[in-house]
Amino acid sequence: MSKVRVLVGTRKGAFILTADGKRQNWEVSGPHFAGWELYHLKGSPADPNRIYASQSSGWFGQLVQRSKDGGKTWEPVGNKFAYDGVPGTHQWYDGTPHPWEFKRVWHFEPSLNDPDTVYAGIEDAGIFRTTDGGQNWQELPGLRGHGSGPRWQPGAGGLCLHTIILDPSNPKRMFIAISAAGAFRTDDGGATWRPINRGLKSQYIPDPNAEVGHCVHHVAMHPSRPGVLFMQKHWDVMRSDDAGDNWREISGNLPTDFGFVIDVHAHEPETLYVVPIKSDSENFVHEGKLRVYRSRTGGNEWEALTKGLPQRDCYVNVLRDAMAVDSLDSCGVYFGTTGGQVYASADAGDTWNAIVRDLPAVLSVEVQTLS
Amino acid sequence: MIRVELPQHLRNLAQVGVEVQIEVPGAVTQRSVLDALEARYPMLRGTIRDQVTLQRRPFLRFFACEEDLSHEPPDAPLPAAVASGKEPLIILGAIAGG
Repeated sequence: MSKVRVLVGTRKGAFILTADGKRQNWEVSGPHFAGWELYHLKGSPADPNRIYASQSSGWFGQLVQRSKDGGKTWEPVGNKFAYDGVPGTHQWYDGTPHPWEFKRVWHFEPSLNDPDTVYAGIEDAGIFRTTDGGQNWQELPGLRGHGSGPRWQPGAGGLCLHTIILDPSNPKRMFIAISAAGAFRTDDGGATWRPINRGLKSQYIPDPNAEVGHCVHHVAMHPSRPGVLFMQKHWDVMRSDDAGDNWREISGNLPTDFGFVIDVHAHEPETLYVVPIKSDSENFVHEGKLRVYRSRTGGNEWEALTKGLPQRDCYVNVLRDAMAVDSLDSCGVYFGTTGGQVYASADAGDTWNAIVRDLPAVLSVEVQTLS
Repeated sequence: MIRVELPQHLRNLAQVGVEVQIEVPGAVTQRSVLDALEARYPMLRGTIRDQVTLQRRPFLRFFACEEDLSHEPPDAPLPAAVASGKEPLIILGAIAGG
């Protein structure tokens, strides 16, 4: 029988939540790496028992943990992320040049077909790759070396590369996103990159055609349609039908189009999920109600999903990597909050239940569908 | 043998007790002790000092013989009592954060 394994990264450790295909009764394992920040955990599509975890702390820096048994046991692997060559500078908050400095790994994206190959998105923004299961990491310097690099500026959370999407139809194509530089695409396996931000409008950027500088919060893609991208920008929910060459807004009737997460239904590539957040100065859900909004039309027309979610006195946030979907016949949707709840829906968002309610603040949620 | 006391999270990471004892070839300095410590416990690489710059992590301090040695040069000799194994080099996490 199928089962699901939900990998949860929090401010104070990792938790692994497992259930059978009914997704009603859950086992909770953890905290793993208690007391450490777990920005992200993700399993290999090629070998689901292989999981990579980003473990970090303000005291002790960055560690990378690897499991070969589905998260039961872990071993620390390579944690040296040295920029290629002389790192140079990006812009600091005040506009002055600031040297590139490694701070942490925000996101791991394991290869679709090799459990030893993983991409890492880091702060200060760069993309690294391992081909030996995490022992050694090498930068793909063409991204940071893009001519716009010296103009990249950190968002409030840091200059973080938080999104990496691999194109299942084209192994040479990848998409990444950086706060607050924008989205980029490579068509040559990571050697060269180009900004894909045309159509994004950010009111704090004077130039309406700015190549970089957009605060992209997250990007999602359905694997069956790799040319179609969905983006939750700082403000605005956006869509591209040409692999990021052009974007158009699809915020439609959302009560607010600020937010962090965005994801796509496993079997319906035009069904999207977002969690609107009140504003960039009040980072909690709108009107004290935790509502997931679903569009079944690829954007613009959104419905609030509220059954099982708190509809009063709720002031949590849902961070950019804290939503995921499973691929069971009835698509499961999962998200975690800064209040420590992890909610699951086994019916594509129609109804929700809290798997756990009292974890540390949730930073990331990924789900593995296991046979 | 040189004695080194580790903070709790690093003890857990290296799967050791409060104190470890390591052989340090040559002069006993911060650098040589950390080199030997990281060679014996590779999982500690990057946790006490940055792997690229070799700078001490800002929220960690080095103490020995009731002295704060955090700002001593990395190649300065550690106190004789540390070199003889009478006293440990204490690696301490700053009391900061939440």
